[in-house]
Amino acid sequence: MMRHGLSRPSFLLALLAGTSLMSVGPAQAAPSVERGEYLARAADCEACHTVPGGVPFAGGRAFPVPGMGVIYAPNITPDPDHGIGKWTDDEFVRSVREGVSPGWKHLYPAMPYPAYARMSVDEVKDIRAWLATVPPSANTPSPNHLKFPFSIRAMMVGWNLLNGPASSYPDDPQKSAEWNRGRYLVEGPGHCADCHSPRTLTYGLSADRAFAGTVVNGLRAYNISPDKSSGIGGWSDEALAQYLSTGHADGHGTASADMAEVISFSLHYLTPADIHAMVVYLHDLKPQSSDDAASPPRKPAAGDDTLPQATKGARLFASTCAGCHLPDGSGRQSPFANIIGSRTLSADGGRNLVRIIMNGSTLTTASGNQIMPGFAGGNLSQRDLNDIAAFVMTHFTEATPSEDKLNAAAKGP
Amino acid sequence: MQTLRVNGQTHTVDVDPDTPLLWVLRDIIGLDGTKFGCGIAQCGVCTVHLDGRPVRACALQVSQIGDGAITTIEGLDDADPIVHAVKKAWIDLDVVQCGYCQPGQVMAAVGLLKTVKNPTDDQIDSAMSGNMCRCGTYMRIRKAIHLAAGEAV
Amino acid sequence: MTRAEKNLHTGRRGILLGGGGLLLATLWPAASSRAATGMLVEDAPAPFAPNTYIRITPDNRITLILPNIEMGQGIYTSSVMLIAEELGVDLAQVEMEAAPPGSAEITGGSMSIMTEWMPLRQAGAAARTVLVQAAATRWGVGPESCAVGSGIITHAPSGRTLTFGDVAVDASKLPLPKEPPLKAATDYRLIGKPQHRLDSAVKVEGAAVFGIDVRVPGQKIGTVAACPVVGGTLRGLNRDAAMAVRGVVAVLVTDAKDAVCVVGEHYWAARKGLQALRVEWNVGPNGDVNTRTIYDQLHEGLKGPAIVPSPKGDAESAIAKSHASYSAIYQQPLLAHAPMEPINCTAHVRPDGCDVWTGTQVADRARDTASEITGLPKEKITLHSQYIGGGFGRRLEHEYVTQCLHFAKQVNYPLKIVWSREEDITRDRYRPAYVDEVTAGLNEKGRVTAIKHRVVGPAVVARWDPPELTKEGYDEDLSVATLVTPYSYDAYRLEFARREAPGVITAWWRGVGGTRGLFVVEGFIDELAERAGVDKVAYRRELAKANPRAVAVLDQVAKDAGWDTPVPNGRARGVALQFAFGSYMASIAEIEMPAPDTVLIHRVTAVVDCGQVVNPDQVISQIEGGLIFGFSAALYNEITLENGRVQESNFNTWRVMRMNEAPRRIDVRLMDSREDPGGIGEVGTAAAAPVLANAMAAAQGHRYRTLPLLSPRNLEKEAVR
Repeated sequence: MMRHGLSRPSFLLALLAGTSLMSVGPAQAAPSVERGEYLARAADCEACHTVPGGVPFAGGRAFPVPGMGVIYAPNITPDPDHGIGKWTDDEFVRSVREGVSPGWKHLYPAMPYPAYARMSVDEVKDIRAWLATVPPSANTPSPNHLKFPFSIRAMMVGWNLLNGPASSYPDDPQKSAEWNRGRYLVEGPGHCADCHSPRTLTYGLSADRAFAGTVVNGLRAYNISPDKSSGIGGWSDEALAQYLSTGHADGHGTASADMAEVISFSLHYLTPADIHAMVVYLHDLKPQSSDDAASPPRKPAAGDDTLPQATKGARLFASTCAGCHLPDGSGRQSPFANIIGSRTLSADGGRNLVRIIMNGSTLTTASGNQIMPGFAGGNLSQRDLNDIAAFVMTHFTEATPSEDKLNAAAKGP
Repeated sequence: MQTLRVNGQTHTVDVDPDTPLLWVLRDIIGLDGTKFGCGIAQCGVCTVHLDGRPVRACALQVSQIGDGAITTIEGLDDADPIVHAVKKAWIDLDVVQCGYCQPGQVMAAVGLLKTVKNPTDDQIDSAMSGNMCRCGTYMRIRKAIHLAAGEAV
Repeated sequence: MTRAEKNLHTGRRGILLGGGGLLLATLWPAASSRAATGMLVEDAPAPFAPNTYIRITPDNRITLILPNIEMGQGIYTSSVMLIAEELGVDLAQVEMEAAPPGSAEITGGSMSIMTEWMPLRQAGAAARTVLVQAAATRWGVGPESCAVGSGIITHAPSGRTLTFGDVAVDASKLPLPKEPPLKAATDYRLIGKPQHRLDSAVKVEGAAVFGIDVRVPGQKIGTVAACPVVGGTLRGLNRDAAMAVRGVVAVLVTDAKDAVCVVGEHYWAARKGLQALRVEWNVGPNGDVNTRTIYDQLHEGLKGPAIVPSPKGDAESAIAKSHASYSAIYQQPLLAHAPMEPINCTAHVRPDGCDVWTGTQVADRARDTASEITGLPKEKITLHSQYIGGGFGRRLEHEYVTQCLHFAKQVNYPLKIVWSREEDITRDRYRPAYVDEVTAGLNEKGRVTAIKHRVVGPAVVARWDPPELTKEGYDEDLSVATLVTPYSYDAYRLEFARREAPGVITAWWRGVGGTRGLFVVEGFIDELAERAGVDKVAYRRELAKANPRAVAVLDQVAKDAGWDTPVPNGRARGVALQFAFGSYMASIAEIEMPAPDTVLIHRVTAVVDCGQVVNPDQVISQIEGGLIFGFSAALYNEITLENGRVQESNFNTWRVMRMNEAPRRIDVRLMDSREDPGGIGEVGTAAAAPVLANAMAAAQGHRYRTLPLLSPRNLEKEAVR
């Protein structure tokens, strides 16, 4: 039944093959490992199925789900006993597209199978073909810790009726091929809405407020609708494309924390054409206004080596932050440390700012990892870190920090 | 292959693009006046100049350097009045103790005086607080910068 | 470690004759040490006295081989001053070398000047005597008619001159005087007068060679991961993944399987290789140790049996009979050293010998461990001591030399190991945590009638130098600033309840006993003064009245800091008085606390009586730096453990005081004194926590008895207030 629908993206890929990293032919009978790898990247499988710094795809990464408990990503390496080596292709497809694993285990929606259903059966088989080539691991992730009644997997049957898997949908003939490709990537494998759209009461994704941003794991997933003030309406196509493909755009700062992972494990592998398609689609979304907008930037004089030293936050910025970011925020040794214009400097009361100061961030780029160390858990107190955040907010932007908001952000989900 | 300009000389080195400049300087080119302290740009002992600006060599990947000119402590030009004044002030005031951080302190101080001729205490704090000294020579560093600023004029 | 240290200075100094036979062998030496260096070419004169090396060649190169290693404290300069004062050379004339094992001393405990004050001057004087004798003999004149200066011997009546080099060979044949006359203090031209450091230029230019800078032809560079839990062993690693990293040449595991090393063409290759290795560990018996476990054990030690060294009177009954009594409990954390130069060592193990290049405060131990591990006799081990990029007691440990040799013996090239900063902080050997309880008996005026002081913690010396543990099990280092203070009590009882911390190895730091003891005692005395409603300087003066040197520094610091003048608005002052490491010091800090977690140290004033000063400006420098080192620890630092693993890892989580937090002003006055020199390297650090805690107590109206002062533990209480 999917045959028809699923050849569309492949066809589009073929159209874009001029700039593609991979060779894409017309629909193939045998699964393509190469295409599977590309799609697995686009679908960002690795980030979730790997413990940070651990064996790729060996699972174990914890996903706290507010109110429900903790879900641990399974091992999806080809190990026959601990991974998915014994699964048939059809079982894999059913798992990815419908959220039902062998043995009728209903997956929880930490796995974005509703979005993945926009990939065709053959595409998912391609992913399977590539996953079969990664080194097997005997890692056994912890079992999920879920509160009753969420511990009953069969509950998901009902959930799926409400919020459940979509399916591949036909291209919109009114729109360009780029737009349609962008929609496929954003709504399908990229599953952007899983973080960037608010959830409904039943943990489904809100269609009304699609891409208006929300809080996930204690971090603000920003409004990525084309709203001028609170979304990406003010970004040029070039800046957005640069941000998505490299993790940084001057004037917009650097992707960090969870978004840095998306860039690292997924988006930086995509072809320029695919990135462009995503930009086209994102810029054409319905603008959504949200109240987490960033404050206007202040402009310290570029090259000014002088930071005020009157507050603890300012002194700490000079000693612990300026080594990479420079007193004027323009980045000392790496363009990725240029924070000028970043939404994170002020948005949502400094929520992401304080958490990134606490936990740091790692971004994989073409030339290697760009690492910001975290500063929590040691000799700097949370007050110290909040003071740094408050200084950043007032020095680089016109935001008014609130100690309560910073504390709440620091506590996390 | 990465081509680097260090102290006026061109070096071609065969390293991964993510290799920090620090290790190219120390372990490949053999300039070990630039020190290793933390590897995360927190301590400043690896400070060198990239096109005259102080940068942390431990966090500067060689692929990010392009054709920028690198100057290490060994490459500071003693004929430059600021360089001369800084080194002289350091010796006159007996700033050093263990001395391990001092090449980085000198590079940071020269970088500061290149942009701010006569820095205030706050300006010195702002520019120098990213350079740690476990021996606690900070007050003498501050005095030496003031002294050098006066003499370099 | 003062006592322990002293006893290790066992007169093992020797003399050195270099190769080539062109030398003056001055000085004296033990045959055993000559054998040990493997460099000596002829029998030297009989042992004379403890001494160090002087080497003068006929081409007039004057080399001083210095028994204490330079790690920032300025000992090279001071040692050269002591020799040069008597020898009659200028500082600029001499070359310096670190002494090899067998003649090197343990450098620590602020002992160097105390130990070397006599022997180095005697060495210089004896050498000068025979050099002058040799010249006088050649000229046929009386030695008393010759003068010496700048390495030149002059016979004024005839206008003839000879350099030291000219008479070096002749002098080497002359017997050395047993007790050469030493200059009177009034004749000093170097000692007591500020001399520039001799290692400044080389350090400012980046040309000083620290251990980490050693470059041996053919060397490879390794970086190390030891089991993050003490006592654990290797479970598994992905060797292939590491070997696949470009530039990686080997993956090595110690025989004990407690550490792995990835070796590369350069550090970055090794570091990436180590990350790719994905080492897994069996954590062993300490996998459940938490910070809480350690503190609980210490607090539990406040009750039950204890060792009582040298009690004076019957303090317990004196307290019971007193008008009132007062007690307080103090707690101090584990501390890392984190010297700026990360831990490193280079070794080349060959069938016929072994070279080791490293910075160490214990050269003999470094040589001995190399001998043990390689199975080579000691004389086949050559230790090349390098400048140390910060010691602070860290390099009184030599386990990194041992570790390096365990790896280096597996390869046929010179191997340099460089620890990452994370390795340095998480696998350090830590200054112990301690809990103290002090109880005072008080008369109706609030004056002390008796003191009982219990210390609970480890005995560092028990591991580091077991024979130094008394037969009762006491570590005499703990007497510093407790049993030995400027104060006099009618009755005093020190108790030591030994508790070795599980899951960590404890070690020396910058002044273990003195630093930890002074925080407790000076805090407690401050509390007593507060309670009595007596001025804190006056209260101390009364207690110290039998000790004129202590009273003098206290009165002087009060004057210098303007103690009796009104405190500027918003500020507060604290005072501390100490006798530790053989020196007296009184200090006053003037601070401001705009918020409970913000301490601005505006000014510290210190007055030091360390006896005869050798190089005054370097004494001042040590006090300045020692205070700042101590302030870092006092305000911020604590090592914590979870599941046996140290949580602090790099300078993002191990906080070091920066320039913009350091005092803008530290004024140090040195008392004029002809007493024998005291130590100075740890004096400032010991004062830091008490003087700051006392100032903070004055600023806030209540006291933190737990370090670090700005720990969440203290600040949470603040929120409750």
